[in-house]
Amino acid sequence: MAHEGIGARVLRKEDRRFITGQGNYTDDIPVKNAAYAEFVRSPHAHARIVRIDTAAALAAPGVIGVLTGAALAEDKVGNLICGWMIHSKDGSPMKAAPYAPLARDVVRYVGNPVAVVVAENKNQARDAAELVQVEYQELAAVVDPAATQAPGAPQLHAEAPNNTIYQWALGDKAAVDRAFAGAAHFVEIDLINNRLVPNAIEPRAATAIYDRAEGRFTLYTTSQNPHVARLVLSAFIGLAPEHKLRVVAPDVGGGFGSKIFIYPEETVCLWAARRLGVPVRWTADRRESFLADAHGRDHVTRAEMALDASHKIVGLRVKTIANLGAYMSTFSSSVPTYLYATLLSGQYDIPAIYAEVDAVYTNTTPVDAYRGAGRPEATFVVERLMDAAARRVGIDPAEIRRKNFIRTFPHQTPVIMTYDTGDYEASLNAALSTARYAEFPSRRREASGRGKLRGIGLACYIEACGIAPSQAVGSLGAGVGLWESAEVRVNPVGTIEVLTGCHSHGQGHETTFAQLVAERFGVPVDQVSVVHGDTDKVQFGMGTYGSRSGAVGLSAINKALERVEAKAKRIAAHLMEAAESDVELKGGEFVVVGTDKRIAFANVALAAYTAHNLPAGTEPGLKEGAFYDPQNFTFPAGTYVCEVEVDPKTGGVEIVQFTAADDFGTIVNPMIVEGQVHGGLAQGIGQALLEGCRYDRDSGQLVTATFMDYAMPRASDLVSFNVSTTVTPCKTNPLGIKGCGEAGAIGSPAAVINAIADALGVERLDMPASPQRVWEAARANRTPIAAE
Amino acid sequence: MAQINVKVNGRAVARQVEDRTLLVEFLRETLGLTGTHVGCDTGQCGACVVHLDGRAVKSCTMMAAQASGSEITTIEGLAKGDALHPMQAAFHEHHALQCGFCTPGMIMMAVDLLRRIPRPDEATIRANLDGNLCRCTGYHNIVKAIAAVAQTGAGA
Repeated sequence: MAHEGIGARVLRKEDRRFITGQGNYTDDIPVKNAAYAEFVRSPHAHARIVRIDTAAALAAPGVIGVLTGAALAEDKVGNLICGWMIHSKDGSPMKAAPYAPLARDVVRYVGNPVAVVVAENKNQARDAAELVQVEYQELAAVVDPAATQAPGAPQLHAEAPNNTIYQWALGDKAAVDRAFAGAAHFVEIDLINNRLVPNAIEPRAATAIYDRAEGRFTLYTTSQNPHVARLVLSAFIGLAPEHKLRVVAPDVGGGFGSKIFIYPEETVCLWAARRLGVPVRWTADRRESFLADAHGRDHVTRAEMALDASHKIVGLRVKTIANLGAYMSTFSSSVPTYLYATLLSGQYDIPAIYAEVDAVYTNTTPVDAYRGAGRPEATFVVERLMDAAARRVGIDPAEIRRKNFIRTFPHQTPVIMTYDTGDYEASLNAALSTARYAEFPSRRREASGRGKLRGIGLACYIEACGIAPSQAVGSLGAGVGLWESAEVRVNPVGTIEVLTGCHSHGQGHETTFAQLVAERFGVPVDQVSVVHGDTDKVQFGMGTYGSRSGAVGLSAINKALERVEAKAKRIAAHLMEAAESDVELKGGEFVVVGTDKRIAFANVALAAYTAHNLPAGTEPGLKEGAFYDPQNFTFPAGTYVCEVEVDPKTGGVEIVQFTAADDFGTIVNPMIVEGQVHGGLAQGIGQALLEGCRYDRDSGQLVTATFMDYAMPRASDLVSFNVSTTVTPCKTNPLGIKGCGEAGAIGSPAAVINAIADALGVERLDMPASPQRVWEAARANRTPIAAE
Repeated sequence: MAQINVKVNGRAVARQVEDRTLLVEFLRETLGLTGTHVGCDTGQCGACVVHLDGRAVKSCTMMAAQASGSEITTIEGLAKGDALHPMQAAFHEHHALQCGFCTPGMIMMAVDLLRRIPRPDEATIRANLDGNLCRCTGYHNIVKAIAAVAQTGAGA
């Protein structure tokens, strides 16, 4: 048998159904007699609802019901929640305003759901939705996070004066002030981290079924964490107790964070199925995805760094305004705080850091975690500053980074995190060598001869993954623990089912999780099946996000496998009449060390189930479960090098080479890890060059609400990437895994912008670096070629 | 109501549907061929690409009635029984898919690309994928898979 364990490039077990059109996504699941929901959404960014007239819609062909916020309140359906409490620096709790699934009195962003029409078919629902008459009294709107706290700005919620949700701080202000007072060099930058739309290609969807006889709900939905959805829908929104609600997340077509959250639409479908007595289906169209899926990023930041005469960083001061949109989405509060400011030390030994973060309401779509969630924003701050500092003191960007790297571990940063391990110089060296960094000047000269401005940019990122130790996140305000669960069921014939609380929506768990079983038990991966995404099958789990499935999910599976192995070994020793301490599991067999006695794993499984000859006191069967709570975050890190050519005549940017050297700790399947990096890079390069959500300042309309207006990275915008890894195994989990799902999106925006800034010789360049912005920056800097 | 007579994946089909039915709705909802996906409803993402009389079309921007009289191949009809089409096999071998949602449209587009241009270079492959969005793979392995099939000449 070919090696299929840890480190093997095993082709994916799940592929066949996807390449033959047999995938089973939410919208593919046939449900008898299902009705279709269409949401009536606010066309205004901010308005009072004066009156809703549903009569014409109710009379339309095929309409089963038209439901509004009033009906929701009548049925005592709870509000949506934000599950992470943040306290302001004055000790006051965050000012979270009510977030009703259907707005009742006031709408606060374009797309805010107001009513739902349920009809026998999709077209009837759409037709009737146009007949719902909503009378609005328009109010002034504010969309700009930098303007929303100003005196006289339109106020969104009475609970949050000045539209301010919290004013939070982390670090030692006095120490930073002292560091700045004694420093030799200073740099400061203003940054905008552009608002992004996650845009998983599968739109969100829900099919809700209510069984009146049993009082039991089933919800098929596009979720990254079906158990968390069940918990929130039960415990907070109050639609059904957990044992009466089954949530199934079948094949899910990408998530990137946007499918973590508990949204209005899924909640309303579930409720409508009970209220109207029909199964209710809903699938977002793309315009709805743009309006109604939680967006990402949207920070405005001023950052200052102080260095001593030998170019060592002595202090970092950061002030960020984070736009959370019109309502607080499920984990929104944690993103610009504990997932952001805690990473501001980067890969560097910085003695003093102080960060202040104001979270604000605006009349825009709610903002929450999107691939990287806080960590891309932190990396952008630190890595743009490092380039600015290198320019200021006149040394090479690679050298200033090298000079400031953390070199001893564990390392306690001034912003909570304790890095367990890493070798930042190794990934820097690997990336520089692959990118032929030393020879860059000759490439620049050659490009210059062709009228092109060539630039090179670095980013040395760090992230915190494997979210997270439950006690730690609890002490920081999280409403949930972030452990993971697993169950391993060995069948009598020796095939194995692994149940996990993680959810795969492209990550390849059905393959990688089976590889761990192959590694430990010597069982071929095709004899292992991975079960996930169904609350009726898996007892509990926290889902997949924050690059946690390897570090946390596999650790839980590993723990359950250890228990299975211990019991199987006891049985094997008994069957071979050997002492347990003399028995080892090797290549799928239990062997008595130093003898030729052996018994296949499958035969031990059979013996466990026949139970004819078990050691005294041993229960029949071979099935074990485990809960694994991580001891620490994990800290993937690496260096990205981007090389660009700018056409100064058009402002067009071409990425000519992109190199990634990542340290993800132990790698289960290099093929899958490389794929994760490729995808992350595309999203990060998309942020840097193409993507950006634009709201009209006056009307609050989302101007970029289709793929024609919002530039997604396409194949011709990208290059083939050079990816490689260096390895320092994580020290705080049994497998040494750090996680790889977000790195690409975290490190690449800074690398791209640093490269363009290098090409142009400019300090400031906002994302997305569109041809217009780049052209203007090139003109402003009067580079010789641009001036010709 | 519109009368639709088509051959889908080699099978003759006759159905009456509402006039405004899109080809993708006809395939997914009337015929239950859910391998063809809808990612944007505006002809931008390409998740809905099928072959109509041997050419790639976006089935979300075509009425079912317009397709009447045609032969349609969807992702479900690409393999010959258990034998995968070389493009399907290459997507598997080169890890050219992650969540799988764009994959059917991407594979149908890739097959059409090699029909038109049997030996494309990387830039040509990338340019010809401009009508298909993938959010997972960064296109890296999709380009590799298509190039690998082109190399063998087995794409058509």
